[in-house]
Amino acid sequence: MLGYILRRIIYAVPILIGVNLITFILFFMVNTPDDMARAQLGAKQVTPQMIEAWKVEKGYDKPLFVNPKAPGLEKFSDTLFVQESLKLFRFDFGASDANRDIASDIKTRMGPSLAIALPTFFIALVTNISLALLLVLFRGSVLDTGMMVVAVMIMSVSGLFYIIAGQVLFSKLWHWVPISGYASGWEGVKFVILPVMIGVFAGLGSGVRWYRSIFLEQINQDYVRTARAKGLSEISVLFKHVLKNGMLPILTGVVVVIPSLFMGSLIMESFFGIPGLGSYTIDAINAQDFSIVKAMVFLGSVLYIAGLILTDISYTLFDPRVKLS
Amino acid sequence: MRLTLLWTDIMVWVLLAVIVVWGSVMFRSPQVKKQWQNIFRAPVAMASAVVLLFYLCFTLLDSVHMRFSVERSPTGQSVTRHLSYQGEMVSLLDLLFSHALAHTERTYSAPFATHEYAKSIKVDAKGITRMVYRPLKYVKIPPEEGKTADILSRSFRAVAIGLLASLLLIVLHITLGGEAPFVLKVRRIIRGETVLPWRTAYLTFTLLFVAFTWMYLLSYHYHVLGTDKVGGDVLYQTLKSIRTGVLIGTLATLVMLPVSIVLGISAGYFGGWVDDVIQYLYTTLNSIPGVLLIAGAVLVMQVMMDNHPQWFETTLERSDLRLLFLILILGMTSWTGLCRLLRAETLKISQVAFVTAAKAFGVSRWKIIFRHIMPNLMHIILISVVLDFSGLVLAEAVLSYVGVGVDPTMYSWGNMINQARLEMAREPMVWWSLFSAFVFMFVLVLAANLLSDRVQHVLDPRNVK
Repeated sequence: MLGYILRRIIYAVPILIGVNLITFILFFMVNTPDDMARAQLGAKQVTPQMIEAWKVEKGYDKPLFVNPKAPGLEKFSDTLFVQESLKLFRFDFGASDANRDIASDIKTRMGPSLAIALPTFFIALVTNISLALLLVLFRGSVLDTGMMVVAVMIMSVSGLFYIIAGQVLFSKLWHWVPISGYASGWEGVKFVILPVMIGVFAGLGSGVRWYRSIFLEQINQDYVRTARAKGLSEISVLFKHVLKNGMLPILTGVVVVIPSLFMGSLIMESFFGIPGLGSYTIDAINAQDFSIVKAMVFLGSVLYIAGLILTDISYTLFDPRVKLS
Repeated sequence: MRLTLLWTDIMVWVLLAVIVVWGSVMFRSPQVKKQWQNIFRAPVAMASAVVLLFYLCFTLLDSVHMRFSVERSPTGQSVTRHLSYQGEMVSLLDLLFSHALAHTERTYSAPFATHEYAKSIKVDAKGITRMVYRPLKYVKIPPEEGKTADILSRSFRAVAIGLLASLLLIVLHITLGGEAPFVLKVRRIIRGETVLPWRTAYLTFTLLFVAFTWMYLLSYHYHVLGTDKVGGDVLYQTLKSIRTGVLIGTLATLVMLPVSIVLGISAGYFGGWVDDVIQYLYTTLNSIPGVLLIAGAVLVMQVMMDNHPQWFETTLERSDLRLLFLILILGMTSWTGLCRLLRAETLKISQVAFVTAAKAFGVSRWKIIFRHIMPNLMHIILISVVLDFSGLVLAEAVLSYVGVGVDPTMYSWGNMINQARLEMAREPMVWWSLFSAFVFMFVLVLAANLLSDRVQHVLDPRNVK
């Protein structure tokens, strides 16, 4: 088990190097080190010497991929790409273009992101699965067909409309909750409620449909017939047998996103003025601050790979047949 | 007048040609024909297809651009030799709505309003300044009738014209199709006894056609969906947005298809290091958060376009180029999902007896891929094309909101929502831009979702009984 996890982590390294390569190429297609120096030093009276000095200080004076001057293997290691990648692997994100420490920014903004993402995730999970089980219980009935039509309609509306409609109804007309903002601790509940509810509702259509199809696939299996033949009630067949056996396909889709919850939701956070990582990223995109974008891409990839590993581990917990080796 | 095609125009027409050619080749096979008949046997699929065709028509109308000569001789004798062309390009849709373009008001006005939405300062003849609702410049109501009466009488006329015209078209369609006597055909259709549910198709068509005629004819006298901040007609903007949405939904998939098909099949069929490399490629791309990858690529594109102003002459060409790049970027970032599916399916098919038999007979690997593997992947490809369409249309709105979508000067639902969002704080709300974008987007995406459900249901081998 431990050996397997270790091997998976080692496998992740080439992928992360690939991710770095992509962001690196994108980044330096836009910005040359000279541009960065000019932006950092301010536009006024920048002499070439100052630019050079800045580049040496920050380590940007090295060539991008191949350093012909360096001896031996350092031809490749003493380059900007390798140095920058190593920094990222140590989670040393450096300073943003606006000269703020990215790592500490990420740390302070993680909390608000989780305050939205975690409740949304768990409430959505429970609602979607219970609704799907309900529909499977009444499969083929008017309720089932009707709800499926509603689900397609929910899916067909852009998430932006749910946010705008929610803000107009609950904040502007009825004044139940503030329109946007954030506070930590219990004070924050009134800010968090609306985005969480909207997040759950927006995902309801596709979620219920997905879980329903998983359960429907199980319901035609032999073990279900056996369970019914034993005289179990339909409800206990659903909850004890179908739900348990549906867990495996559910895990594939669900566990992989758990680590990425840290990244927050781009749209939700910027609409509701929540100072999380999602709005951080959006602001960075709008300000064309590539250092932050680069850091977030790296972080996102690490979390995604962590999700893949977690999925494999969770399989062993739910299905004793699966052995990791 | 000179026909000038934009890059995306060319792509649209190429796409149409490809679909027509591909369709006519595929329809030679009776199985494929039967499968498609199966899909459209459901009334919901037929209705969705009619809706999608309607949207496609607007896209095509908006994909023929031309420039008009500046000088037109009054006598009608053309000065063909030294024509100079206007900088602005117009499409057929623009020509159809040239009245709406000319009727640009000063600022916001509600649907069917006669006055502006907000009060503004006006100095009257005596020199007293007052805050008044100014009347709109281009909405004139005959004073003897009221506004409601005027709208009603015009609506009545418009609906009657729409009904007549659609009836005419339907009759034409019925006469052209099939050999049976006309009355018999009509009776079958009304009773719903046709193989395909034509009754639903005709009803949907009539509904859409009448609704459009009504809006179009009334747009000569009113702003049917109101006006925006600078007085532009919202109906016109929404109809222009159709092209943007449909283009992103279709062309991005078109761009991605060759990549994912080639890579997916090679990974699954050849295995070994080819498989390793391709798997590495898509895991890497997949692990980057989608929006960030798109945002990064779009930022690069922006800088590149700023550095090469010689690539485009007009603002329209500029925004078109940006749309093209956005489509390419969306295509290049979204091939991974389909590629993975195709790889898995190819792996599965390669083990099946008929492929082993083909190998044993010494059939070349290319022939195996094209004759035995490709046809068995078609349903996956088709399902993912239809499924991706609605996702991409919705993604356009989100990307425009994030600021990495289409050009801000381009008409798109994302831009409309974005602008409307800024006006949310107004009291009372400016709701009509949002409403129009919502309705037009919802209808398109709903139709696409319903159709893709049906396609999936019929083509998915697991559903074959």
